[in-house]
Amino acid sequence: MKRLFMVLFASLVMPVWAGDAVPVGEDPAIEARMVNLATELRCLVCQNESLAGSHAELAEDLRREIRDQMKQGKSDKEVVTYLTDRYGDFVLYRPPFRSYTLLLWLGPVVFLGIGGVAWFLTLRRRRSLKATDQVSAASLKQAADLLDEKQD
Amino acid sequence: MKRWLPLIIFAALGGFFYIGLHLDPREVPSPFIGKPAPAFMLPVIGQPGVTFSPEQNKGKVWLLNVWAPWCVACRQEHGALMQLAQAGVPIYGLNWKDKDREAESLLAQKGSPYTVSVDDLDGRVGIDYGVTGTPETFVIDKGGIIRMKHIGPINADNWQAKFEPLLKELNQ
Repeated sequence: MKRLFMVLFASLVMPVWAGDAVPVGEDPAIEARMVNLATELRCLVCQNESLAGSHAELAEDLRREIRDQMKQGKSDKEVVTYLTDRYGDFVLYRPPFRSYTLLLWLGPVVFLGIGGVAWFLTLRRRRSLKATDQVSAASLKQAADLLDEKQD
Repeated sequence: MKRWLPLIIFAALGGFFYIGLHLDPREVPSPFIGKPAPAFMLPVIGQPGVTFSPEQNKGKVWLLNVWAPWCVACRQEHGALMQLAQAGVPIYGLNWKDKDREAESLLAQKGSPYTVSVDDLDGRVGIDYGVTGTPETFVIDKGGIIRMKHIGPINADNWQAKFEPLLKELNQ
């Protein structure tokens, strides 16, 4: 009985498992190169996914194209040029440093600078507050009296 | 000044978000604007043995409409394309990745707005044109230069706003 269940269970699981298998190219070296390059490239359909991870049909086609070109002996740079010629710098997750990507590359540095200045100003103001705000002995005594009163 | 700082920051952020609301992430700028339309030679749907190549349209201002039978948005623009074709606008179709081979029967059934539509079965020509999805429409001038790329269905509004002025200028 137990064995029968196991067989039944296995037959339930198998088809699902088989459906998830991802087709892999014949040459593992080219496949590794392709995946390595495709993780640096943006899928044009689901734009927050890399070309390596996307299940979109266009991504599959582009992976096929990259694979084919690598088989033809093209370098990674040539393949990337092939893609940017067609889809622009948009396919690159690390676009080149150009006038229109200035904000993208320098933005973090600018914000770090703003944060740094704000931090510095806050610290300086706090230090000056400490120096001037000295509590007089009379005030301290008054405060202590008030606290004592409450404890009673 | 200090009291207003949060409000100023909020307004700036709000401004960015407001602009962002009106941007379409699918509107990827095409590197082809002002460049020659990539060459291809593909079989014409419904005419065995006949091929079409952009070369043949030199001296003509024409539209290359990338479509597919499986594409829902293409059905949306079908009516608009039919009207344009009747008005004499030369529209050429690129049937992209039609794995189920439905284009010919669909065009016969619904009517074809295309002077000719070619078959790009494996999608390679689409990739050569930087196509990311259907429908996409390219305006190609008399010298075979791509002048505009429109992403998404054509309708009366965007036709009047984007296409008409450009076609008028190019046809002069």
